Amino acid sequence: MAKKELLKVEGLKQYFPIKGGFLGRTVNHVKALDGISFTVYEGETVSIVGESGCGKSTTGRAILRLEEPTEGSVTFQGTDLTKISTREMRKFRKDLQIIFQDPYASINPRQTVASLLNEAMHIQNVLPANERRARIEELLETVGLRPYQADRYPHEFSGGQRQRIGIARALSVDPKLIICDEAVSALDVSIQAQVLNLLEELQDEYGLTYLFISHDLGVVRHISDRIIVMYLGKIVEIADKTSLFENPQHPYTKALLSAIPVPDPDAVKNRIVLKGDVPSPIDPPAGCRFHTRCPFATDKCRTEEPLLRTTSAMKGEHEAACHYIEEIAAGTMIEK
Amino acid sequence: MNEMENILVVNNLQTTFKTDAGDIRAVDGVSFTVPKGKTIGIVGESGSGKSITSLTILRLLASNGRVNGGEVLFKGKDLLKLPEKAMREIRGNQISMIFQEPMTSLNPVYTVGQQIGETIQIHKKVGKKEAIQQSIEMLKLVGIPSPEKRVKQYPHELSGGMRQRVMIAMALACDPEILIADEPTTALDVTIQAQILELIKDLQNRLGMSVIMITHDLGVVAETCDYVAVMYAGQVVEYSDVRSLFKNPKHPYTLGLLNSLPRHDIEQEKLIPIKGMVPSPHEMPVGCRFAPRCPVATELCHNKMPQLLNTNDSNAEQIRCWMFSDEWDGDSEVTLYGEKRTIKG
Ligand SMILES: Nc1ncnc2c1ncn2[C@@H]1O[C@H](COP(=O)(O)OP(=O)(O)OP(=O)(O)O)[C@@H](O)[C@H]1O
Ligand SMILES: Nc1ncnc2c1ncn2[C@@H]1O[C@H](COP(=O)(O)OP(=O)(O)O)[C@@H](O)[C@H]1O
Ligand code: SF4
Ligand code: SF4
Ligand SMILES: [Mg+2]
Ligand SMILES: [Mg+2]
Repeated sequence: MAKKELLKVEGLKQYFPIKGGFLGRTVNHVKALDGISFTVYEGETVSIVGESGCGKSTTGRAILRLEEPTEGSVTFQGTDLTKISTREMRKFRKDLQIIFQDPYASINPRQTVASLLNEAMHIQNVLPANERRARIEELLETVGLRPYQADRYPHEFSGGQRQRIGIARALSVDPKLIICDEAVSALDVSIQAQVLNLLEELQDEYGLTYLFISHDLGVVRHISDRIIVMYLGKIVEIADKTSLFENPQHPYTKALLSAIPVPDPDAVKNRIVLKGDVPSPIDPPAGCRFHTRCPFATDKCRTEEPLLRTTSAMKGEHEAACHYIEEIAAGTMIEK
Repeated sequence: MNEMENILVVNNLQTTFKTDAGDIRAVDGVSFTVPKGKTIGIVGESGSGKSITSLTILRLLASNGRVNGGEVLFKGKDLLKLPEKAMREIRGNQISMIFQEPMTSLNPVYTVGQQIGETIQIHKKVGKKEAIQQSIEMLKLVGIPSPEKRVKQYPHELSGGMRQRVMIAMALACDPEILIADEPTTALDVTIQAQILELIKDLQNRLGMSVIMITHDLGVVAETCDYVAVMYAGQVVEYSDVRSLFKNPKHPYTLGLLNSLPRHDIEQEKLIPIKGMVPSPHEMPVGCRFAPRCPVATELCHNKMPQLLNTNDSNAEQIRCWMFSDEWDGDSEVTLYGEKRTIKG
């Protein structure tokens, strides 16, 4: 099956200015994204993982131009979204939807579910007004709610149900790509499993493509086809799901995976406990950004930035950004 | 059977809150034991009563809360019957607690050193200078680099992981016999969580304290706990040693929870969710609280609340489910979340 490119992100940078001094001048920048590139193919689920502040949400927001990117391009079905007018961008909002973590934050509490969905369809002009009510009821059934709940307010629903409303709203405009930013993170596991299954069923039924942002590697392994690992505004590894979990190459990916507690008291643990905290994105370390915490860091790591690359031990489109992939695999690097 | 000394025994705890919409039975049948030097986990979904259980033990409930029944035996003494003054002694000296949100329990206007120092001054009855010195030692103990500098800093100048370490340092400053940790790592990144969990385990081994680990993360339970109490809708539904819980979960809710959990360490076909959602605290089912969601619920389940009972002749394993009683009125073979089960009755 030929893969069809849906979204291509190239050299994306997002610098947020830090104002300071009594003149309120820009004194510095938070380098939230510092040149990331990746492609999303039609019908697949690509996840972005990494620790708090590494730039996951910023990536999603920059793609949707909820924030104007500092540099780089975001090509959606052949159109560079960073080059078009705000007006033209509005049309693309129909194809690119986002679901957030906190359903409360993205749902107007004074609007009934029906009016919320109606508004979304009205803005994107998806259906004639007289056909919308039927569609709303159908959408509610699709996401596992009841048609009679259309006239209720968000506070009358549980967290999991509000997340379903968020999904129904995204679906109401027939999108191609849905960015899910920690969409199931706030849910209890029993409800989370319901919503994850729903997202998978909807993908099969409507051929949806997901860009799935999450810090939960269990959820990510479950839902993804491919995975992007970020650290401090950069991509450090990108691979298909199996390769990433079974054959991780970047020292950060390995540490991240090893740090997750396993729900099995008999599991063999080879934990790599990283020292210290993630450095500030205002003044990220030179060379490899991970060098302050990496057990293998050398002088080269402190000065030269490693680029994403592949080795003979890596299958498919698996890439990692580390100078010493081969040496670490061969066990010839000295660990500190 | 059990030769171990139990430092804390909680029996059938009941805690109610008065609200405008009526009374909420937030905790309604919580029992577990904490063997000396061991870690017991309290696991359950949000709102199941984990935090209220610990606040009830320490008698730190909000003003609209009331303990309606049960006992909390700390070395044989019922904490619920102690005068407030004696309770304060226990809270500072023998049982400490760390909270999920370190920022809410650290005072923003005092330096780290002043806050740990105060605890030390009160509990060890030493002077200010000595207290600061000991604070530095505590910070070193919890793995904070350059502790001499850090004691002079304010909480907002520290990262989330460091604040959590400061909280732990404060909680440990009085050499407690029991540490209650309420979601101590939920707000942290996994690599930092790994550091903090390692720290708690290491300190426990060195100081010989018992730990009550409250969490919703089954991975954290498997990794840190010796015994586990699973809570659902204000009640303990299963209490057992950690290995039995994961290898042979008995209560349908426990099994459902494990089946819903997406795992990063193994490839899974499909998640099997628990249908429906937790009951509202205002409309608790009269029978088994899990009955509206349980795939095998019977007449009996819907009408009569099961008690938390020993499964064998030891109290090391307890289940709250009719399936494990002689009164079971359902089939003797059932399928639960894809698993076949024969009921002995
Ligand atoms: N509007 C903004 N102004 C300044 N800095 C920002 C802004 N938005 C994000 N940042 C910074 O950019 C970096 C990346 O933030 P982002 O929200 O993308 O992180 P994330 O990976 O989504 O983290 P989390 O897991 O906590 O959601 C952080 O250092 C953050 O503080
Ligand atoms: N001060 C309060 N007043 C009323 N209800 C409360 C209060 N504190 C907690 N509750 C309720 O008690 C139940 C258990 O809460 P809690 O123990 O905090 O749950 P968790 O298991 O998430 O820690 C919930 O239904 C919660 O809403
Ligand atoms: S480039 Fe160097 S510092 Fe970076 S991950 Fe590889 S070994 Fe570690
Ligand atoms: S008592 Fe009945 S409803 Fe409750 S968990 Fe057991 S079988 Fe299910
Ligand atoms: Mg985010
Ligand atoms: Mg809680």
